[in-house]
Amino acid sequence: MRPLTNEETKLVLTKLKKYIGQNVRTLLERSDGLYCLRLHNNRVYYVKEEIMKFAVSLPRENLVSLGVCFGKITKGGKFMLRITALDFLHPYCQNKIWVKSSSEDSFLYGNHVYKSGLSRISDNTAKYTGAIIFSSKDIPLGFGVTGKSTPECRLADPMNIICFNQADVGEYIRNEEGLI
Amino acid sequence: MGRKANFEEKQKKGPGKKAKKQQAPVYSFDVREFDGNRKLTSRDKARAKKRALKAAAQQERKAKRQKTAQQKSNEDELDSTGEEQFSPEEMAELQESAAAQGPPQEKTKKTLFGEEDSDEDKEEEEEDDDDSEGEDSADDIETDLEKMSKKLEKENQRRLAEGEAYMEEATSKVGVQIPSLEEVKKEMTGETEPDLPTINSRIKDTAFILADFKKRHEEGRNRAEYMEIFLMDLSTYYSYNTFLMEKLLHMFGPTELIEFLEANELPRPVTIRTNTLRSRRKVLATSLIDRGVDVDIIPWSRVGLVVMRTPGNVTLGATPEYLAGHYILQGASSFLPVMALSPKEGEKILDMCAAPGGKATHIAAIMRNTGMLVANDVNKDRVKAVVGNFHRLGITNSVITTNDGRCFPKIMPRGFDRVLLDAPCSGTGVISKDERVKISKDPKDINRCSHLQRELLLAAIDSVHKFDGINGYVVYSTCSVLVEENEEVVEYALKKRNVQLVSTGLDIGKPGFVNYRGKRFNSTMNLCKRIYPHSYNMDGFFIAKLKKMDDIEAPSQTQAVVKGK
Repeated sequence: MRPLTNEETKLVLTKLKKYIGQNVRTLLERSDGLYCLRLHNNRVYYVKEEIMKFAVSLPRENLVSLGVCFGKITKGGKFMLRITALDFLHPYCQNKIWVKSSSEDSFLYGNHVYKSGLSRISDNTAKYTGAIIFSSKDIPLGFGVTGKSTPECRLADPMNIICFNQADVGEYIRNEEGLI
Repeated sequence: MGRKANFEEKQKKGPGKKAKKQQAPVYSFDVREFDGNRKLTSRDKARAKKRALKAAAQQERKAKRQKTAQQKSNEDELDSTGEEQFSPEEMAELQESAAAQGPPQEKTKKTLFGEEDSDEDKEEEEEDDDDSEGEDSADDIETDLEKMSKKLEKENQRRLAEGEAYMEEATSKVGVQIPSLEEVKKEMTGETEPDLPTINSRIKDTAFILADFKKRHEEGRNRAEYMEIFLMDLSTYYSYNTFLMEKLLHMFGPTELIEFLEANELPRPVTIRTNTLRSRRKVLATSLIDRGVDVDIIPWSRVGLVVMRTPGNVTLGATPEYLAGHYILQGASSFLPVMALSPKEGEKILDMCAAPGGKATHIAAIMRNTGMLVANDVNKDRVKAVVGNFHRLGITNSVITTNDGRCFPKIMPRGFDRVLLDAPCSGTGVISKDERVKISKDPKDINRCSHLQRELLLAAIDSVHKFDGINGYVVYSTCSVLVEENEEVVEYALKKRNVQLVSTGLDIGKPGFVNYRGKRFNSTMNLCKRIYPHSYNMDGFFIAKLKKMDDIEAPSQTQAVVKGK
């Protein structure tokens, strides 16, 4: 386990910025304690400093996870955001997409959000930017990258993809082994 | 495409299906016939005649019984077959008395049924006109009724007592017959498959005999023989191995054992725990009810819900609420160790055997994500489930490790405020979940489990601290009901370390054994809790809460120190 290098921090924060914009600052400067990003087994963990200090003293090979896993840095040098980060993305997110209750299941099986399943979308959502997907009861279901901007959505065909699925909570069942 | 069609042009035709009103029903016959005066048919008449005959016969019988009762009071001795010994004169007398008692009873009966039956009884009245000649005043009828009811009550009591006495007598004389041990053995080892219904009835008979052995046993047969037959029958009928069945029989005794085994055949109800970090029980219950799932609250817990019924199209482990971490599927008895541990906010807590993370997430939810929780499990594959559950339920104050639990005193000596040790065990309390336990366990397995549990418990005690007057607590729990894995392990820890058993703070459960088959455990062992599947409809469980006293190795050493001073 080690702190992130400058490049890695930049990589992670630019990715987070796509979803929560300037709120990245609130994520790192919290009133309830010091939080930090740490790298362990190529995974980026977001963790309280006290817990991190304690975890340092545990045998490294037996440490599986600490705090919350945000995602992993691939061997190709990219940062992949994982579904486990959803908890910290959805309160600060800027673009929201609500899906109809009929297509909730479809999204939870890993499919994209189509126009036919779109219930609402927040105003001024740009094309190809990060968005959080909510169910009709305001339960966060996952996140993705928008395929259409808000004005384009109005004219889109029912089978047009509004949001590309990046991660959804269905992975907790579908892909439990590969969560982190 | 279809959506380009113009729908506005279509016009409505007629009033539509829903506007249709149902008309009043038309009967092919006259309805009034049924509530008015109807002419009696030949069958009605026949029925009425039969009724009258029956009533007369009943009275006759009643009179006879009264007569015998009188005789009983007159003469001290009477054979059980008293009826046949009547002389002809007595019989005549009896009939007379019956005839004398007949009419007033008939009358009261008619008044009892009142006017409802008046139509049906019309014919009857016509037939035996002479019965209904005299009309009594209302008071007379009332006293008659009281008398009648008193008589009936007495009669009933007497009959009940007679029945019991008869049963006692019968069993003491004849006894419930059980075939001999050799026969049973032959039946079991024989070529033909043993007949399960016969075995079942024999199990019941043997349990009946063993419940009051002195009175009910056959002469010349000892208790051991009965026990062996009972054991063999049970292991065959419920398909357990004899070793486990014997252990269970020693613990429960015959009658309770059957209840326990029957409870193991049935599945326990599905229960879920609300994740208080994400939702509240009431909110969750309403959203589940909206999905068509019938849920009810668990009265002794603040977060538990029991699922009564799920519709076919809903899987409880895959609803959006589940995936969003609003609840977790967890057995009701798994709440108890955490409730006993009673974690406080801001503490350092260790769950030594955490997988799949049900209890650990419960602890984190109670701590409201403050302090620190170390969830450890030695099995690397099972830890993945812990990781999944922790992230799904939104727990951020955790460290997940795969150390051997026994290493914790070395890694983190006295580093924790509380430790939960849900030790690996033989699983004899959860046979309804995993039937393999029935035949797969032998003494070696139990010993191996017991040994590991002792080591883990000592390690758990060594990793909690005691300073500044704050004592560390260890909760030890297993899903086994055997004494070897529970009381004996706790007793071992009490001897080896300076710890005390304290009350678990749970309302439910039976106390742990202080004496068990010649073994005497610590007198505070009754503070432990035992949960049985048949008594609470939960998985079998054992929970003990230990409080760490001074950090000195063993009580014997403390005594030495005191003496030295």
